[in-house]
Amino acid sequence: MFEAPSFSSLNLDVALPGIFLAGWATLLLIVDLFIPKERRRLTVWLALAGIAVTFVLNLVMYNRHEEAFKGMFIADPFSGFLNIVILLTAIMGILLSVDYLRRTGIERGEFYSLILFTTVGMIFMAGANDLISVFVALELLSIPLYVLSAFRAPDLKSEESGLKYFIMGAFASAFFVFGAAMVYGATGTTNLPEIFSALGGLGQPGGPSVFLMILGAGLIIVGLGFKVAAVPFHMWTPDVYEGAPTPVTAFMSVGAKAGGFAALLRILIVGLPILTVNEQAAAAWQTTLWLIAAATLILGNIVAISQSNVKRMLAYSSIAHAGYILMAVAAAGTPGIGDQAAQAALVYLLSYMFTNMGAFAIALSIEKDDGSGTGIDDFKGLGKSRPLMAAMMSVFMLSLTGIPLTAGFMGKWLVFQAAIQANLIPLAIIGVLTSVVSAFYYARIIINMYFGEGEGDSAEGATSYVRWTVYVAFAGTVLLGVAPMLVTTLTDRVSLAVSMLP
Amino acid sequence: MENTGFSLLTLVLFLPLVGFTILLFIREQQESAIKWTAFGTSLVTFVASLLLWIGFNNQEAGLQFVQRGEWLPSYGISYYVGIDGLSLLMVILTTFIMPIAILSSFNSHIFHERGRVKLYYLFMLLLEWAMIGVFVAQDLVIFYIFWEVTLVPMYFLIGIWGAERRIYAAIKFFLYTMAGSILMLLAILYVGIQAGTFAVPEIIAGIQNGTISFAFDGLFSTQSFLFLGFFIAFAIKVPIWPLHSWLPDAHVQAPTAGSVILAGVLLKMGTYGLVRFCLPLYPEASVAWAPVIAVLAVIGIIYGAWVSYAQTDVKKLVAYSSVSHLGFVVLGIFALNAQGIEGGILQMVNHGISTGGLFLLVGMLYERRHTKDIAAYGGIWKALPLFGAISLVVTLSSMGLPGLNGFIGEFTILLGAFGSDVLGFFYAMFATIGVILAAVYMLYMFQKVYLGELDKEENKNLPPLMWNEIAVLIPILIAIFLIGLQPAPFFNTMNASVGELVAHVGQFVTTVAQAVP
Repeated sequence: MFEAPSFSSLNLDVALPGIFLAGWATLLLIVDLFIPKERRRLTVWLALAGIAVTFVLNLVMYNRHEEAFKGMFIADPFSGFLNIVILLTAIMGILLSVDYLRRTGIERGEFYSLILFTTVGMIFMAGANDLISVFVALELLSIPLYVLSAFRAPDLKSEESGLKYFIMGAFASAFFVFGAAMVYGATGTTNLPEIFSALGGLGQPGGPSVFLMILGAGLIIVGLGFKVAAVPFHMWTPDVYEGAPTPVTAFMSVGAKAGGFAALLRILIVGLPILTVNEQAAAAWQTTLWLIAAATLILGNIVAISQSNVKRMLAYSSIAHAGYILMAVAAAGTPGIGDQAAQAALVYLLSYMFTNMGAFAIALSIEKDDGSGTGIDDFKGLGKSRPLMAAMMSVFMLSLTGIPLTAGFMGKWLVFQAAIQANLIPLAIIGVLTSVVSAFYYARIIINMYFGEGEGDSAEGATSYVRWTVYVAFAGTVLLGVAPMLVTTLTDRVSLAVSMLP
Repeated sequence: MENTGFSLLTLVLFLPLVGFTILLFIREQQESAIKWTAFGTSLVTFVASLLLWIGFNNQEAGLQFVQRGEWLPSYGISYYVGIDGLSLLMVILTTFIMPIAILSSFNSHIFHERGRVKLYYLFMLLLEWAMIGVFVAQDLVIFYIFWEVTLVPMYFLIGIWGAERRIYAAIKFFLYTMAGSILMLLAILYVGIQAGTFAVPEIIAGIQNGTISFAFDGLFSTQSFLFLGFFIAFAIKVPIWPLHSWLPDAHVQAPTAGSVILAGVLLKMGTYGLVRFCLPLYPEASVAWAPVIAVLAVIGIIYGAWVSYAQTDVKKLVAYSSVSHLGFVVLGIFALNAQGIEGGILQMVNHGISTGGLFLLVGMLYERRHTKDIAAYGGIWKALPLFGAISLVVTLSSMGLPGLNGFIGEFTILLGAFGSDVLGFFYAMFATIGVILAAVYMLYMFQKVYLGELDKEENKNLPPLMWNEIAVLIPILIAIFLIGLQPAPFFNTMNASVGELVAHVGQFVTTVAQAVP
């Protein structure tokens, strides 16, 4: 019955970037043992070199559209673009970590290997074309992150962060697997294109059961909803973000989100677009995602107002931004909008990546060695003490608000366009109104930096690695805002919904 | 018509950004280099914009100096700029006000307290760029980008260099105007998706030949909601009563140059938007809603005047007078006839000059006495005769005295409202009350501040006007007399464009009459 596939039929070269990085991470784990403690920088450079090679491999393969592992994995522009986001996040995350780990006294070589492993998880998440491979990638993404969150142990907050993330994450994975099992029960397959084909006979005698499919899709959304921090599955986010070491927070706020949305978009657009209750209607999951998106937008933005710690504020802000991306996901439920919505979500992720990494980098600069100094009030007077950093932080805040000429505007613009095209006008209205609410708490950082009195922090954490991260993030934020065509030429090639054509 | 090479208009638009870039490389300590670079940039921009006026063909109704290039082709967004008579006047107003605003801040006391001279002038030039952009953009997305970008420098100008309650005023300004404009964003998206393009001239052409239409069957239909999406954004900016509450705070707390720009140009973005977008894109909804909006405008005229009279703070008095004056502009626009709209446009220019001038004068008083309380003044004319005389002219111009600029605008607006198909006698009559009230509060202010006995010790030894203060007031005076005595060139510039607009909107009056009983 079971026949071992031949090696060549696996098409391993299609998954080369991920495979290479996985191998590199394993090697790094071993090599690190032989690197003397005083030359720890070498580990950093090796990790960065591995990511750089992966980045180049990914660019070379960008235009391919091929499957590997007998259809369990796919390389297409969608995964190619997400890999760009993920790898840039990893590079910035590592650059932020170098001096931070040193000065907070938690420098250990495994840190970089763990970052690489979770990056591999994200890369496989972006290319996973089968519910099983999504699950494996999800675990590979999550488990190193649990460890990284608790990396500051025995600091209580960091331990709490790791444990909380682990327990919540385990639940989320369980939900996901349960959902996948339901879908398998209904369709007899876990492969996304095959699920799509099987859904053609939905509800007919001998076809998949509507009940199992709806339940399965719902559980999958719940499981991935945890990962992307969508309301009401967001409870862990502020505590985990606050307790984890700041570079880890920055890294996972973008990376885990990119991975989660990659799976969500691919499963819903490739596998379940015609999961409808009646003919010609929008997909059945659209309403659910509509409600989740609206709740995420409202709660994330409103609760962020009352935060006094910048890491918690950015945590709620990251919930809110998940809401905007969810708008695009919900829009994908309308027939014919799938590709446009996926492109909007991708641009949004890229813009959020630049902006958020920059904002975290600056928060990290003013953080003290014992983890304190991340209050909103600690930004007071930064415009005087560090004018350049304050100016860039202002741009990041404006970008998170969605003011034009920044990356944040382009992301929001495309997401709203997708929502209106999908006729989700009430959701779009909620989206823009909550943007105004968000302006309030982002503007407060600017107020503290410029308008108020105060001497200003000397931002000693802003070492050259951190500064370069900020410059890159700033350049990306402005460039994407002024010249978005540089990015849309990449996303224009993204097409997930080809299978919908007859 | 569409060229992709050199364009004078693009040059005018990007000159401030060139100055901005140069400023970035000047060191903070070289204060005079910073100041003169900023002033020089704005002056060159003004001269370049005058070249636009010289090269402008009055007979042609459509866009001139058009330039179009791709920006985001896969989403149908292009860099599309061009000007007609209306845009031209607004561009000139902007480039005229900016050197004045910059020069007026040369010796300001705010820099002794707050410093950051370089940042201040950087924001000034950024603001000028964005404001010109608003007036020349012909693509809805590009327009929206410039529109939102103007918020940022103004937010910082108020927040860093403002008065005591600057933080409150800055955040209120930011949130209030953003709340309004963000709904416009959705309306723009909807229009763009429906029409298949974001280029305004193409959409208008589509409406005229019937290929594009936004469903209209009453006061609450798709077209009306789109109209309101735009209208609310503009109404907050103007501001139209009852959406004006951000204005007094922003005006009073802003530094002098900020108030001058706010009154001189930023508010005009709202009224400009009404004429440029609301009327031609949604002609039926404009006609249907005109009476409602005109009522709000008239309430604003009378309310603004009334509240002005009650003020004890001279800057607040001028701020509320803006609500009243811009009520006239809105009334003129929604008269929907050539006279009303032309009067409205001219009055935009007039208000920019007169109220901008008043804010300059108030700023100069404040520099000397550090109070804005009317009661602290009295007999200033005796202490500073030249200053008093100039103030009298500007005050009379703001009141609308015949022979000065304000009269021409208000009179044309009232004629327009009176002869309008959609408005009529009562609107004009109530608006006239506003003219009378304007005389009351303006003369009251003038009397309390400038006339009377010079009985307060602090007022007796005020320093005379500095060279830069005289230099900024002279162009204001010239403009006041020029428009008051020779308004014809201004009307000629906009005649053709307004004529086409009125013809375009006018053909929908009958359709609306059937839809809205």
